[in-house]
Amino acid sequence: MEMYSQAAWLIPLFPLAAFLVLTALGRSFRRAGVLIGTLGSLAAFVLSLFIVIDRLDANTVDYNYAFDWMKIGDYTLRIGFEVTNLTAMMLVVVTLVSFLVNVYSAGYMKNDERITVFYGYVSLFTFSMLGLVLSDNLLSLYIFWELVGVCSFLLVGFWYAKPKARAAAKKAFIVTRIGDAGLLLGILLLFWYMPGHALDFTTIQSVFDGQSGAITTGITTLIALLIFLGAVGKSGQFPLHVWLPDAMEGPTPISALIHAATMVAAGVFLIARTYDIFQDSAAAMETVAYIGGFTAIFAATIALAQNDIKRILAYSTVSQLGYMMMALGLGSLTGGVFHLFTHAFFKALLFLGAGSIIHAVHTQNIHEMGGLGAKMKVTAWTFAIGALALSGIPPLSGFWSKDMILTAAFETNPLLFFVGLAAAFCTALYMSRLFFLVFTGKPGAASSGAQESPVTMTLPLVVLAVPAVAAGFVETPWNGWFGSWLSGEAEAAHGSGVAIVASIAVGLLGIYVGWLVYGKGSVSRTALADRVPWLVKLLERSYYVDELYAVFVVKPLKLLGAILIVIDEYVIGGLVRLTGIATVSAGRLAARLQNGQVQTYSLAAVIGFVIIVIALVGRRFLP
Amino acid sequence: MLPSYLTVAAILFCIGLYGALVKRNAIIVLLSLELMLNAVNLNLVAFSKYGVVPSLTGQIFSLFTITVAAAEAAIGVAILFALFRLRGTVNVDEFDKMRR
Repeated sequence: MEMYSQAAWLIPLFPLAAFLVLTALGRSFRRAGVLIGTLGSLAAFVLSLFIVIDRLDANTVDYNYAFDWMKIGDYTLRIGFEVTNLTAMMLVVVTLVSFLVNVYSAGYMKNDERITVFYGYVSLFTFSMLGLVLSDNLLSLYIFWELVGVCSFLLVGFWYAKPKARAAAKKAFIVTRIGDAGLLLGILLLFWYMPGHALDFTTIQSVFDGQSGAITTGITTLIALLIFLGAVGKSGQFPLHVWLPDAMEGPTPISALIHAATMVAAGVFLIARTYDIFQDSAAAMETVAYIGGFTAIFAATIALAQNDIKRILAYSTVSQLGYMMMALGLGSLTGGVFHLFTHAFFKALLFLGAGSIIHAVHTQNIHEMGGLGAKMKVTAWTFAIGALALSGIPPLSGFWSKDMILTAAFETNPLLFFVGLAAAFCTALYMSRLFFLVFTGKPGAASSGAQESPVTMTLPLVVLAVPAVAAGFVETPWNGWFGSWLSGEAEAAHGSGVAIVASIAVGLLGIYVGWLVYGKGSVSRTALADRVPWLVKLLERSYYVDELYAVFVVKPLKLLGAILIVIDEYVIGGLVRLTGIATVSAGRLAARLQNGQVQTYSLAAVIGFVIIVIALVGRRFLP
Repeated sequence: MLPSYLTVAAILFCIGLYGALVKRNAIIVLLSLELMLNAVNLNLVAFSKYGVVPSLTGQIFSLFTITVAAAEAAIGVAILFALFRLRGTVNVDEFDKMRR
C-alpha cells in the first residue's frame, strides 16, 4: 500500500544529482543550469506529492528502512529513512517551496554572473533539507542539520563582494553553531543513556513513553533542553535570534526558501520529531513554551519599528517561529506543526513578493516605496493575501493555525494566551503598516520607474497564494482531520469561542490601527515617536541585543582571541622556533665532524674502541 | 716469555696505529699499516709457541698474513700511483672528497 513511501529515498537524490551536474558542468551553460535545478526540485516535488496522496488514507503505517552502517564492537549503527505523515507533509512543503523558488530565481537572478552556482547551492540545500526530513535517526539528522547550515552560510554570503553579506554569513554560521553544539551534546547524552545506544526515532518513542523509567527525569530534562538549544539556534529563537535578520543580506529567494519556509522550521520539526522526550519532562515543555512565547512578542514588537522590508519579514518569521515553539511547549503538537505548514506557504509568498518589489524599485526601505499597488497588481494582490494570512484574518490559512495555538494557550496557560494575543495584534499592525506604506499612498522616491516583474516571478506568487488561502482548511475547530492524520489518533473537536473571537478581534484591530496611521493618515505617523522617543529608538535598534552581545560576548571573546594569538605567537611559536634552532645547530655541529679526513674518522673509531675496552675491562675492578 | 713478545707486538702496533692516524704522507701510512700487520704476526707466532695449546697453525697463519700483506701493499701502492696522477699529491689530508 505504501508503494511510494518505499521510494522516498529517491526524493533527495534528484536535487543531489542536479547539484552534482551543476557543480561539474555549471560554468559552461547558463540557461540549462536553471532548467536542471528546476527539474531536480520538480521531480522531488512530484514524488513527494505521490507519497502524500498515497498516505492520505487514515490507515497508513510509518515506513522505515534501515541498514547497518558500521559495526563497532558489539554496537551496530543503523542508518536509513523513515516516512511518517509528519515527514510526508514536510517533504511536500520543502519540495514545493523549493520548486517555486527555483522558478522564481530564474527571473530574480537572471542577470547574476554566478546564477548556475546559485542553482547548485539551492539544489544542495534542497537535498540536505530533504535528507534531514527523511532521517530515521538523530545522527543522520544531525549530519543533514549541519549541511543545511553550510548551505545557509553559502547562500547568505552569496554576494560575498558585499562586506555586509560576508559578515552576515559568518554571523549566521557562528550563532547557529552555538545551538548545534547543544544539539550534539544532547545527541551524545541520549546515545549514552539510551538502552542499546539506539538513536532512531522509533526506539526513542518507545523508551520515552512516560512510564518505562529507563531514563531519569533529570537526564530527560537535560537532553530535551540541549535538543531545544539546537532548535533555538536554527529557528532563531531568543536569545540566538540575532543571525536571522542579518541573514537577509542573501538573495531574496533564499530568504524565502531557507530563512522563512524550510530551514528555520527545522528546529520546530526537530522538536516535533523528538516530541516524546519533551513530553516526559514538564520543565522542558515549560521552557519551550515560555521561550517561544517571549520570542513571539519580542520579535513582533521589533518588526513594528523596522524600515527594511526584508528585516520586517525576518522579525515576523522569528515571531511566528516563536508561536510554533509556544504551541509545542503547550502540548499542542498539531498546533505547532500546523502553523509550520501554513506559515511556510504565506511567509514564502511574502518574501517572494518582497523580492518582486525589490526587483522593481531597487531599494529595501519601505519609506522610499509607496503607491506600488497600481503598478504591480499581481504582486500587490498576492502580497495582500499573504499579509492577511499572516495577520490571522479568517478564512485564510494563518487564521486557523494561529487560532489553534491561541486556543491551546487559552485552555492551559492564560499568561501565554495574552502574550500570543499581543503578538497577534503586533503582527497585524506591522503587516498593515508594511502593506499601506508600500502599496498605497503617494509614490515614493524609488517607485517612479517600477513595473510588474516577469511571469517567472509572478507565477510562483500566484501558485503560493492558493495554499496561503486554503491550506488552513485541513484543520478547523470543527474538523480535526490534520491533527488525527498527523498523530494517528482521533482528535476531539477543539476550539473555544473566546479564543476565536479574541484572535479575530486583535487581528482586525491591528489592521485598523495600521490603516488609521499609514493608510488614511488620520493619526500622525510620528505620534508615538514624539511622545516616547526612547521606546521607538529601542525597537528600531532591536532592543540593543546586538550591541549587548557586542559588549558582553564579542568583545571578551575578541580579547581572549588576542591573548591567545599572543600566546600562540610567542609561547607555542617560540617553542617551535626553539626546536628548529636546536635541530639546525645540532646539524651544523655534526656537519663539522664530517670533514672528509679518513684519519679523523679512524681516530674517532679508535677512541670509541678504547672507551669500550676501558669500560669492559674496568668493570672487573669495580666492586 | 710470552709477555715480552706481546709487549713488543703491542709497542709495534701502537707505533703503526700512530703512524696510520697522524702521518700526512700516504706512503708512510701504508708502511704504518704494514707495521700493525707485523705486530699481529708476532702475536700469532708467539702464541703458537708459548700459548696454552701450542701448535703450528699460528705460524702457518702468519705466513698467509705476510702473503696477503704483500698483495695489499701492491694494491695500495697502485692506488696511490693512480691518486698521485689524478691529484698530483700524496698528502692524505688533501683527499677529503667524502666531505661533500
